[in-house]
Amino acid sequence: MRTLRRGLILSAGVTALALTVAGCAPASDTEPAAPNDAAIESDGELTLYAGRDEALIAPLIEQFTEDTGIEVSARYGSSPELNALLLEEGDNSPAQVFLSQDAGALGSLANADLVSKIPAEFADLIPAGFTSEDDSWIGVTGRARVIAYDTEKLSEDEIPDGVEELTDPKWSGRVGFPPGNASFQSFVTALRVLEGEEDAEAWVEGISKNSPVLTEKNGATLDLVNSGQLDLALINHYYWYEDAAEVGADGMRAQLKFLPGDAGGMVNVTGAAILAGAEGDPDALAFIEYLVSEKAQQFFVENTYEYPLLPGVAAPEGLPELESLVNPQLDLSDLESLEITQELLAQYGLL
Amino acid sequence: MQQRVDERVADLGVESIAAASIAVEPIRETVGRRPPRMLLLLALVACAIASIPLVYLLVRVGSSGLEDAVTVLGRPRVPQLLLNTVSLAAAVTATCVLVGVPTAFLLARTRLRLRGMWTVLAALPLAVPSYLAAYGWLAAVPGMQGFGASWLVLTLVSTPYVTLPVMAALRAGTTGLDDVARTLGRSAWHAFWLGTWPQIRPATLAGALLVCLYVLSEFGAVALLRFPVLTTAIQQAYGASFNRNYAAILATVLVLLAMIIVIAEQTARGRARRRFGAVTGVARHRIVNLGHWTVPSIALLSVVPALAVGLPVAVLFARLFEAETLRALDPVELGQAILNTLALSIGGAVIAVILALPIGALAARYRGRLVRLIESLGYLALGLPGIVVGLSLVFFSLSVMPALYQTGFVLAFAYGVLFMPKAIGAIRSATAQVPTSLEDVSRTLGYGQLQTWWFVTARLARPGIFAGALLVAVTAMKELPATLLLRPTGTDTLAIELWSRTDVSAYGAAAPYAAALILVAAVPAFLLSGAGRGRVDGTAS
Repeated sequence: MRTLRRGLILSAGVTALALTVAGCAPASDTEPAAPNDAAIESDGELTLYAGRDEALIAPLIEQFTEDTGIEVSARYGSSPELNALLLEEGDNSPAQVFLSQDAGALGSLANADLVSKIPAEFADLIPAGFTSEDDSWIGVTGRARVIAYDTEKLSEDEIPDGVEELTDPKWSGRVGFPPGNASFQSFVTALRVLEGEEDAEAWVEGISKNSPVLTEKNGATLDLVNSGQLDLALINHYYWYEDAAEVGADGMRAQLKFLPGDAGGMVNVTGAAILAGAEGDPDALAFIEYLVSEKAQQFFVENTYEYPLLPGVAAPEGLPELESLVNPQLDLSDLESLEITQELLAQYGLL
Repeated sequence: MQQRVDERVADLGVESIAAASIAVEPIRETVGRRPPRMLLLLALVACAIASIPLVYLLVRVGSSGLEDAVTVLGRPRVPQLLLNTVSLAAAVTATCVLVGVPTAFLLARTRLRLRGMWTVLAALPLAVPSYLAAYGWLAAVPGMQGFGASWLVLTLVSTPYVTLPVMAALRAGTTGLDDVARTLGRSAWHAFWLGTWPQIRPATLAGALLVCLYVLSEFGAVALLRFPVLTTAIQQAYGASFNRNYAAILATVLVLLAMIIVIAEQTARGRARRRFGAVTGVARHRIVNLGHWTVPSIALLSVVPALAVGLPVAVLFARLFEAETLRALDPVELGQAILNTLALSIGGAVIAVILALPIGALAARYRGRLVRLIESLGYLALGLPGIVVGLSLVFFSLSVMPALYQTGFVLAFAYGVLFMPKAIGAIRSATAQVPTSLEDVSRTLGYGQLQTWWFVTARLARPGIFAGALLVAVTAMKELPATLLLRPTGTDTLAIELWSRTDVSAYGAAAPYAAALILVAAVPAFLLSGAGRGRVDGTAS
C-alpha cells in the first residue's frame, strides 16, 4: 500500500502544481465590447495556439520575445486538432492568437464567430487574394500545390502540365494524394470554381476510378515517391525542401513540377487570427504585426521555404515567381465551399 | 508462500484456478445477495465519470439530427471502413491469442534457461508506442502498408496483453486435471484442452478483450501504414472538414462495436466461470522438458520482442547516425519531459485505480443486470479514439471545473477515464481471490464495511491493484491524442516531444526521446512481467 500511498501523494502534488499553473495562466476575460485601441493595457504575455511544427516556429517566437519583451506561452499541435480544440473551447478559450497551417481552419473559426477583426493597418499589408476578405484572419505565407515525381522512372517533360491528364488510364495506380488533407481539398474546390461543377465532378470520378494511392498526409505521400513506391504525388511544395534539408538535396529521388495557371498548381496560404476574447489586446496585435513584418517573412523564406506574402520580400531561391502561379480567376473566398467538395469526394469513395 | 508470489505476477483480469479454488464458491454464495448501498453508489459515480465521453458523443450526435446521421452512414466509404475495422480487430486479437498463449505456456510451464530474461522480454513490447513500432517498420521496409502491415505491427505491440494474464493463470493453475484425462486415455493435447484450457480461458478472454478494444481505438499505426479504418476517418473528419458531428457519428459506430465486444466477453466469461465452478484442488503443476522443442520455443519467444522492440529501436538509431542535421540534444528539456511523463502517468494510474476499485469490487462479488451494465460501461472508453475522449474532457472540464482546465490534473483525469478499464479486470480478479469468509470474520469482530474493505480486502488484493495501476501507467506514458488536447500549455511529455520531432521528419532528433520513452515505459513493463521478484521457476515441479 506504500506505493499506492506514494502515488497518491504524487498525484496530489500534480494537482497542486496544476492549480498553480491555472492560477498563473493569463486571464483572457478582456471585454469584447472594449474599443480596439488603447483600452487594454499590455500584460506582456501572449497565449498562442500554433498549428505548425514546433521545431520550425519556436525560433521565430523566441525572436519575437527578444524583440518585444512579450512572453509567449505557445501550445503546439496540428492545425486540425487545435481547430477542433478551439471550437470545443468556444468563448472560454485561453488562446489569444491562432497560427494555422491552412486557411480552412481559420475560416471555420470565423464562421463560428470565434475571431475578432484584424486591424486594417496590418490586414492591408497583404495583397488581396492571399488573406481573408473580411479581415477575420490574416495571410502569413503561401504554399504552392505541385506534382512530385520519381526521377528514376520519369523525366520532367513526361509530367503533365495540369491535373486533368491524371485521369488518363496511363496513370492508373501511379498517383497518390491525401484526400483528407485541407490543402488537397482546397485544390479540388479551386477545380470546381475554375472548371465548373460538372468538369470537377468528372475529374473526381475519373481519378477515383484510376486506382489512386490514398494517404493521410502530404509528407508521407512524398516519402512514397522518394522511396520509389509511387510515381506521382499531389502535395505542397515545401515538404520537398524540408526533406531536402534533412537528407540533403542530392539524396532526393523525387523532384517537383510546378503547374502555373492550373487548379492543381494553386497557392494555399497559412494565416493567423486573433481570438474573440483577445480583441484589442496589444500583445496579440504586436504578434500579428510581427508575423507580417519583413523580418518574420524573411524567416519563413529561409526556414520553411514558403512564399512570403509581404510585397517586396523575395521568394525562396529556385522557386517560380508567386505571380506566375496565381490564377487571377480564383479568389480565396471562393474556396469556402469546402463542404460541397467533401461531399463530392465522399460520393466517389475518396473520403 | 508460492501462492502469494504467483498472485503478484501481473494479473490483468485473471480468474485463475487458484483463485477459483477459493473464490468460486464464495461467488456462488453471494449470488442473490444485494451489494451494499455504499459500494453501489461509488460504482455508479465511477461509472458516470467513465461515461463522460459517451454522454458527449450523444450530445454531439443529438445536435446534428437523425437526418445527418443517416446521410453520413450512407456514404459509400462507411461499409468499407467498418469492414476494415472489424476484420483488423478480429485478426489482431486472434493472432495475439495464438502467439500469446503458447508464449505464456513456455514461460510458465517449461524448463527454460534464463526464464527471467524471457519473461521481461515478453512484457517489453508494452513499452513501445504503436506509432513508433509502425514508424520503425516503415523505415525498415518502405513498401509495407495496408491490412497486412497494420495486422503485423498491432499484433506485435499487443501480444503482451494476452501473454501476461495467461502466464499468471498458468503459474497459479494445476495440471492435476490433465493427469486425470491422461489416465483416462486422452492424448496430451486433448488432456490440455480438457484440463488446463478451462483454467486459462478467463485470462485469455480478458487479454483478448483488451487487445480488441485497443485495436478499435488505435490511430497512430494504422494512419502511418495507410489502412483506412473508422479511427482514421474520425481523425480526418476533425481534420479537414471541421465537421465535428460527422466525427461524432462515426465515433458512435465505434462505441457500438465496443459494446458488442464487451458484452460478448462478459457472456463468454460467465459461462466459463460456471463450468469451472466444480474444479477444486491445490495449485500444482508439472514442468515440461522441452527437449528437441527447445530451438523452436526460443524462436517463438524471441520473435515478438525482436520485431516489436529491437527493430524500431535499431532503425531509429540507424537514422540518428544517418541524419545530416543533428540538432543538439537539450538534456534539461529531456529531463523535464521525463519528469512530466512520470508525474502525469502516475497521477493517471492513481485516478484510474480509484475509479476502478468500486467497479472491480462490485463485479468480483455480485451479479445481476445492474452490475453487468456498470462493468461494461466502465470498459467503453477504451474503444474510443483518444481525440474523442480528449474533446469530451475539454467539454466537461470547461463546463464543470473551468479553473482546472489545461492543468495537469485534467490530463491525469483523462488518463484515468481512458485507461480505467485496464485496471478493472486486474482489480476484479484480485478481489475475487480474497475469501469472503475473511471479510465475514472481520465483520463479526466489529469492523465496519469500509474498515473491512480497507484492512482485509484491499490489503489482500494489493498485488492485483498494483498490477492494474502499472498497466494504466505504462499506457498513459505512450498516450498522444488526448495529451495533445489537454496538457497544460507549454508542458511536454516524452510522447509529445517524440511526435513533434517525427512530424518534421527530424528522425535524428527523435531518437533520444524514443529511447527515453521506451526506457521509462520499460520499468512498469518489467514490474508487470513479474520477473525480478525472486521467482525462479515453477517450484511445484
